[in-house]
Amino acid sequence: HLTVTEPVAILKADEVWGALRGLETFSQLVHEDDYGSFLVNESEIDDFPRFAHRGILLDTSRHYLPLKSILTNLDAMAFNKFNVLHWHIVDDQSFPYQSIYFPELSDKGAYSYNHVYTPADVRLVIEYARLRGIRVIPEFDTPGHTQSWGKGQKDLLTPCYSGEHPTGSFGPVNPILNTTYDFMSKFYKEISSVFPDAYIHLGGDEVNFDCWKSNPEVKEFMKKQGFGIDYARLESYYIEKILDIVSSYNKGYVVWQEVFDNKAQLKPDTVVQVWMGNNYAHELSSVTAAGFTAILAAPWYLDYISYGQDWKKYYSVEPLNFPGSEKQKKLLIGGEACLWGEFVDATNLTPRLWPRASAVGERLWSSSNVTNLQDAYERLTNHRCRMLR
Amino acid sequence: ELLVFVATPGCDGFPSLDSKENYKLSVSEGSLLLSADAVWGALRGLETFSQLVGRDENGTYYVNETEIVDFPRFPHRGLLLDTSRHYLPLRAILETLDVMAYNKFNVFHWHIVDDPSFPYESLTFPELSKQGAFNAMTHVYTASDVQTVIEYARLRGIRVIAEFDTPGHTLSWGPGAPGLLTPCYLGKDPSGTYGPINPILNSTYQFVTSLFQEVSTVFPDFFLHLGGDEVDFTCWKSNPKIRAFMKEMGFGEDYKKLESFYIQRLLDIISSLGKGYIVWQEVFDNGVKVRPDTIIHVWKENSKPYMEEMANVTKAGYRALLSAPWYLNRISYGQDWMAAYQVEPLKFEGSPEQKDRVIGGEACMWGEYVDVTNLTPRLWPRAGAVAERLWSNATVRDLQDAYVRLADFRCKLLGRGVQAQPLYVGYCENEFGG
Repeated sequence: HLTVTEPVAILKADEVWGALRGLETFSQLVHEDDYGSFLVNESEIDDFPRFAHRGILLDTSRHYLPLKSILTNLDAMAFNKFNVLHWHIVDDQSFPYQSIYFPELSDKGAYSYNHVYTPADVRLVIEYARLRGIRVIPEFDTPGHTQSWGKGQKDLLTPCYSGEHPTGSFGPVNPILNTTYDFMSKFYKEISSVFPDAYIHLGGDEVNFDCWKSNPEVKEFMKKQGFGIDYARLESYYIEKILDIVSSYNKGYVVWQEVFDNKAQLKPDTVVQVWMGNNYAHELSSVTAAGFTAILAAPWYLDYISYGQDWKKYYSVEPLNFPGSEKQKKLLIGGEACLWGEFVDATNLTPRLWPRASAVGERLWSSSNVTNLQDAYERLTNHRCRMLR
Repeated sequence: ELLVFVATPGCDGFPSLDSKENYKLSVSEGSLLLSADAVWGALRGLETFSQLVGRDENGTYYVNETEIVDFPRFPHRGLLLDTSRHYLPLRAILETLDVMAYNKFNVFHWHIVDDPSFPYESLTFPELSKQGAFNAMTHVYTASDVQTVIEYARLRGIRVIAEFDTPGHTLSWGPGAPGLLTPCYLGKDPSGTYGPINPILNSTYQFVTSLFQEVSTVFPDFFLHLGGDEVDFTCWKSNPKIRAFMKEMGFGEDYKKLESFYIQRLLDIISSLGKGYIVWQEVFDNGVKVRPDTIIHVWKENSKPYMEEMANVTKAGYRALLSAPWYLNRISYGQDWMAAYQVEPLKFEGSPEQKDRVIGGEACMWGEYVDVTNLTPRLWPRAGAVAERLWSNATVRDLQDAYVRLADFRCKLLGRGVQAQPLYVGYCENEFGG
């Protein structure tokens, strides 16, 4: 709650996080007149976010992002009242996370020794974010998207076969070995203590079954478990065991929508992130109908650049435009603007993210009737000049 | 020590369309020799030499034994920057010139003014920028700024071709030159808005003569770009005095004839000032009578295949510049540098004489969505694909090989402090801001 009158302006909040948001708003109210004096208009503001989860996804595996660019981005997030950094920290291409228990992961899996996030780096990001009221939710995506893990952890990934012989290449995490779960157990113990947020993102997207199908031991296992040829069941088997491990560390988890779509047994407090573009409204209905909390990312893949004012289409998304009851709609807790890293690094991250992500920021904070594009354009261009400063 | 030998010495002149850019580079034990006919070739050779230098694990610099004979395929290899849709600070232009030189670009096409703003500070008509710039104190190019750009470019073997686009794209000229633009009408009364330059007034041609007199002196290159694109006839049609003029001249309802009338007079003025000219393709498409040494700039991509236009232009005897497939401002997801690289400028049906008339092309970075905050990553390394297409032999087209070299070159650019964006997943030893 912000009151601006003479002689003093007052900012009141229930918690410090509200104060941070209010300070940002106050800073935006200050303007300069023609003589260079700073002014604020008399105002009375009562503000609160529409959605509780307003995030930005950064990908530091396809391209390493130096610490500075992550921190600059956290600043920009705070200017736009974003409150979650979804740190997609490792993936196929590189493993920059320096693990304490498993140093070989980054030793062998990072692009180079200079392309690593040390424990100190990670702590810095978490604290920098915290001071801005931003949660850091790390994503260690498995069982797919894990090529870089195999470099430093032998026998973690499934060896692919051609007929009777291994081809030399590897597929997703091997779900049939006990060693896999011993590793994951220890690994997630570390992650749970390094990252203080109540949630960890476990990934679970785009698992390619070809390699599993080619491996005779995996095929044997499928038979023994009675999974038939339904590899989605093997994927779910793996995921369920990971979910148990992570729960045992008292963390909640977020997963990509495939985990739900492939019918894994999820705990009721699982958060499902909807990212697939075709008919995401339908997916939101299904997820919330099944009683799960959802986060929307599908219409906000900001890495998909195109010519023109694409911020308008991001702004025009109405997250609750899906068939469902009041109760269901309450389960949509927010969304994320995603900037995947295939074509992005520190040279173009900032101009590519901002101010386009600001459109998403307003959609997630402001009331659903704040939709006028003309008005938004004026305010956003102003805000853009402000961010330049 | 690299020995540089230039056959025709002299560093005081300006580069031109006819400049010789060929060079020879010989690297062997005990002898590093760069020889060129003209200093412009030496510049190109120095850039190549800098790209040959490698560093081993111990930190020692080395060059492989090499014999290179190199020369450009096309003599006009340009980059267009638009400083009207967004003002670009001087340092952004100068940095771009540096990177152009790294890529062997040799023409800076300065689309300096347009509808949104007029940043060019004119000596003859100071009101133009006073009234027409976004901010007359902070968003202008002074005479000194312009000279800085021209000299900076010259030292890198880059020609500066200024474009003062008329009669369309001139809204920002209006405030500082009352009476220049056509007043649009709503029925019997002026609507308050303005259209293209008014082609029926003598004052128009007096103004144009004086302005271009100045521009011809300020910009030393033989060529000026006169624009001539996208002239919207609606305003002309609405103006009763213009309609009367059309009747008088027997133009009927064909406003292209009025456009031609203006353009022809403009071209005569420019010729009398001793300059050559480049015009956008509409001037040719609309049947304007132009001099045989006119260069036509092909830019349209949708109406008909641009290769057809290239064929038509060269068949009619004019020289052509290709930009249509190289609008780098039209961003899209993925490795769009590949499409730019695969363009073959001579892929049209025509005689060898026709093909000779294609003198090169230009990568264009229009400014609607571009300013100093995103110019460099949006330009580089994508423009490098165009640069190679225009310099190298037609047979150099393997995408895989180009990817490896361009990705490596991009890391080199980072090392030189250029904020060039990545081509695809991967890394450079030294990341930007790392």
